Parts: sequence; C-alpha cells; structure tokens
Amino acid sequence: MTRKTIKVDYLARVEGEGALHVSLRDGAVRDVELRIFEPPRFFEAFLRGRAYAEAPDITARICGICPVAYQMSAVHAMEDALGVAVDAPLRALRRLLYCGEWIESHGLHIYMLHAPDFLGYESAIAMAREHQAEVERGLRLKKAGNEIVQLVGGREIHPINVRVGGFYRTPTRRELAPLAEKLKWARDAALETVRWVAGFEFPDCERDYEFVALRHPDEYPFNEGRVVSSKGLDIGAREYDERFEERHVAHSTALHSVIRGRGAYLVGPLARYSLNFDRLSPLAQEAARAAGLGPVCANPYRSIVVRAVETLYACDEALRLIEGYEEPARPAVPLEPRAGSGYACTEAPRGLLYHRYTIDAEGTITDAKIVPPTSQNQPSIEDDLRAFLPEWLSMDDEALRWRCEQTIRNYDPCISCSCHFLRLEVERG
Amino acid sequence: MASPVVVIGVGNALRADDAAGLEIVRRLRAGPGVDVLEQSGEATALLDALRGRAAALIVDAAAGTDPGRLHRLDAAAGPLPQGMFGVSTHGFGVAEGIELARALGALPPVCVVYAVEGERFETGAPISEAVARTLPLAAESITKDIATCMKRT
Repeated sequence: MTRKTIKVDYLARVEGEGALHVSLRDGAVRDVELRIFEPPRFFEAFLRGRAYAEAPDITARICGICPVAYQMSAVHAMEDALGVAVDAPLRALRRLLYCGEWIESHGLHIYMLHAPDFLGYESAIAMAREHQAEVERGLRLKKAGNEIVQLVGGREIHPINVRVGGFYRTPTRRELAPLAEKLKWARDAALETVRWVAGFEFPDCERDYEFVALRHPDEYPFNEGRVVSSKGLDIGAREYDERFEERHVAHSTALHSVIRGRGAYLVGPLARYSLNFDRLSPLAQEAARAAGLGPVCANPYRSIVVRAVETLYACDEALRLIEGYEEPARPAVPLEPRAGSGYACTEAPRGLLYHRYTIDAEGTITDAKIVPPTSQNQPSIEDDLRAFLPEWLSMDDEALRWRCEQTIRNYDPCISCSCHFLRLEVERG
Repeated sequence: MASPVVVIGVGNALRADDAAGLEIVRRLRAGPGVDVLEQSGEATALLDALRGRAAALIVDAAAGTDPGRLHRLDAAAGPLPQGMFGVSTHGFGVAEGIELARALGALPPVCVVYAVEGERFETGAPISEAVARTLPLAAESITKDIATCMKRT
C-alpha cells in the first residue's frame, strides 16, 4: 500500500486564509478537505440589537471586494420586512451600482488572480513583466467598475451612499455622463478580454452540477428574481431556509451549505450563465458563442471565460442604464418600522448571497442570518477535486499542487466572506 | 493632474497599530506639488497613486518584534523584505502594489517606504503606546524627506 499527502499550506491568490489537504492511497483519492481556518467573525451576532437601517453599512464591512452585494441583500431583505418596494429609477441605480462591483471584482479575478494559472506564472506581477498591455487593460477595466461604485456608492470601498429604501443622494444625469465615456472603452476592453481568455487552454473537465442562481423574467439577475436550479428548484427567497441547510464541518470555520435531501450545488458565474444565457444582452451572447461557449457551461476552468462574458454584460448593461437614467424624484422611499421578518437573495460576483432578518416594532434587529456564496460552494470545490484528481495522479507533486490551487481559484473563493485562505496538503498512499 | 510628490498613508483605522500609516500622514499637510493620500493597502489603488510621480513616500505599519521601531526602506532599489507587510484583499497588498508598479514601469524613481513595527492589530483596539510615541517622529522624518524630494523635482 502506498500513501501520499499533498499539502498546500497557504493558498495564494484567494481572499482570506485556508489550506487544502488531499490524501491519496493506492492511486485513489481518499480524502479532500478545503480547510478554512480564518477565524469566524460573528457578523450575525453584531447585527442583533442594532437598528434595521444600520444593516447595509455593517454588512458592507464583511468584504472589501463585494460590499455592494452585502448592501444589496441587506436593503432588499429589510424592505421585504417593512413591506416596501423602491421606485423604478432607484431600482435602476441599484443595478448600475451592482454592475460596478461585478466589473471591479471580475476584472481583478480574471487578470490578477486567475490568468496567471493559465499562462504559467506564479503571480500577476510575474505575468505583468511579459504581458504588460493585458495587465494594463485589466487594471483600467477594473478601475471603470471602481468609478461606478465611487459615483453611485459614494466611495470605492465599503460604499456609504446606500440605505434601506434607496440612497442618501442620487447622481444627476450630468454626473453620470463622463462615466458613460469610460464605460464605452471598458465595454471594448471587456470584449477583448473575452477573446483573450477564450484562447487559453482548458482541462477537459465537466461535472453534473446542480446550478443555483436567481432568474428574473427579463433581466440577467442582480437584485431580483426567483431562486432556481438546473434540477427543478424554483422558490422565493422566503423559502430559502426550507430548501437549503448549513452544516458545520470540523475542518472549516465556514459552514457548508447543501440543498436538503440532495447535497452540493453550485452558485456563481457558471450557474448564473447556464441558467440565464437567454437573459444576456445580444452583444454578450454573441461574444460567448464566439468564445466557444454554449448556452450551458459545466467546465469550471472555463469560468474565467464566463466571468469575462459577465464583465462585458455588466459594461453593456451599465451603459444601457445610464442612457435610460431618469433622475429619481426622491433619493429614498419613506419607511416606517414594523415587526416582521425579511428575506432576500441577490447575485454577488461569486454567486447567490442570502440575507434574512427579523426586526421588532421599533426596527431593532433581533435575528440575522447571512449565507455567502463561498460557503455555498465549499462542498462543490471539494467534489471537483475528488472528481478530477484521479486523472492527475501521474503529475509530479508541484504540478499537482498547482492544478489543485487552480481548481480552487476557479471559484474565486472569498474565504473571508465565507467565515467569513488556503494551505494544500496532499497525502499520497 | 497628479502632483510630482505623493505621500500615501496605508492602514486600517479600526485595527489598532494598523492605523499608524494613516495617523502619521494626518500630521502632514498637502501643499503645492505634494499630494497626501490615505489608502487601505489594496495593490491596484496603490499602483494608481504611484503612476506619473517623481517621488512617492509610503507609510505603513509592519509586523515585527520591536514595537514602535521606524524603518526607512528604499523600495526603488529593490523589493521590500518578505513577510514584513500585511496583505490586503486576495493577498494583494503594499509590497505587491510596488512590485506591480515596478513590472509595469510605473514605479517613481524615488520610492521610500516608512514602516512602523506594530505591537497589536486586533479589531477595535487603540494604537499601542510604543507606536503612538513614534507617530510624531515619523511625521518629522517624512517632512524632511518631502522637502528633499521637492528640491529635486
């Protein structure tokens, strides 16, 4: 009997702290554990006893990359509890803000974190020395996203202009105009990005995932829609807890999510795209087809192409929203606290983000639950490795470790969010 | 138009000694030819702030064993020592931002990093006494460096 362990003690190019432990025996995979040891941050407990209006600002602090997602799920859940809906121009402005976050987050992941895996560089810095033009394009693209968040959200990181019911201040058409010029460049750059990443080499790996994402009658989803899956799930956010379950596992400080009675599922770009291809703009659909993607993509390594298509969509959609923007009559709708519970799912760059709150008659939060995308994807990350590893066992340890890390980075995991990083251990036996 | 000299304080105001970089630059004044910025340490934002400058002075807290000790490192001469600086989002912090700038030919010809060794970095805690004592000394030293940079530009 031969045993072997592969260890990645500190996974690079992911957000947060984690490790990977893989144990092999007689050429078979015995065990795969994505070990998340980042300390839990107890945000749900911090929220209890705070005013409902504080939720978007407190939860925005969970993540420096996707604060908009936290703010959006928080405001929608609170508005659900209070029984209000925002005016159409405010809703459009929220979509625009979300476009900014997708462009920023996907831009960072594609160029700085994931592309080096495909081009054989240890880091984006090493890649930048030989791919200066591409890296400069990626940085400028990301910046276009930052500028949307800056203008609509009030600042680039942890925006401060979002509130339950709308915004504190809404931009004028005139203020949005210079953004449109930058976004026209960004849309071309995103199209170039799709073409660039489509030329990478992808391992021929597909899995039968249960994709889970929002689906809206006529939009590619950001803030609104039913939670649907490729295996028949079709529920409102209010039913989330009935169908999804969070489980504690000993090797992770982040809870693992499963669909009750079925198990692992996938959220994020692949799921969104595969469930909503028909909702992409014509330009994004055409670019996806030209990049060799069908309407469904089940190869996690091609997630970089899907992210590029989504970035293109976000630029296209942002331009559409700016063109059609009507200055809202009021920055926010009036709110009256009342006792109740509210539920919302929105589409963070990494996938579905669920928030649930209970508030009392004065509007004080008595209960909060937050389920981030990375904790939902943890079982699928481990299942990908279990499924793909047997094909890679002839690789030397260094190549194998690289491939394992790349497989995890397919998910753009945000470990800080989920427990809110990574070390790989492979045990060969 | 960016001023030829930039001073960038890096840190997190809510994490004890990690606020040192911010606290130090708050004691400095922007003036003609000098921009004073505060940042979180995210590499791409740092890169943007470095572009097109004649000189950059970056102030950050660092890990170490001698709390309050001030280091003056010449980042234009070569990479910063590994493990000294905290990493920001996705492991992409100050050291990475400087190296990205170098790889892209965007590193100012003068780039100095002032690092204050911190004692504690826990959320919500105040700055330690050892680091607090260094703040005015660091500000004074940077003020002199700014004057030298201005003479050169």
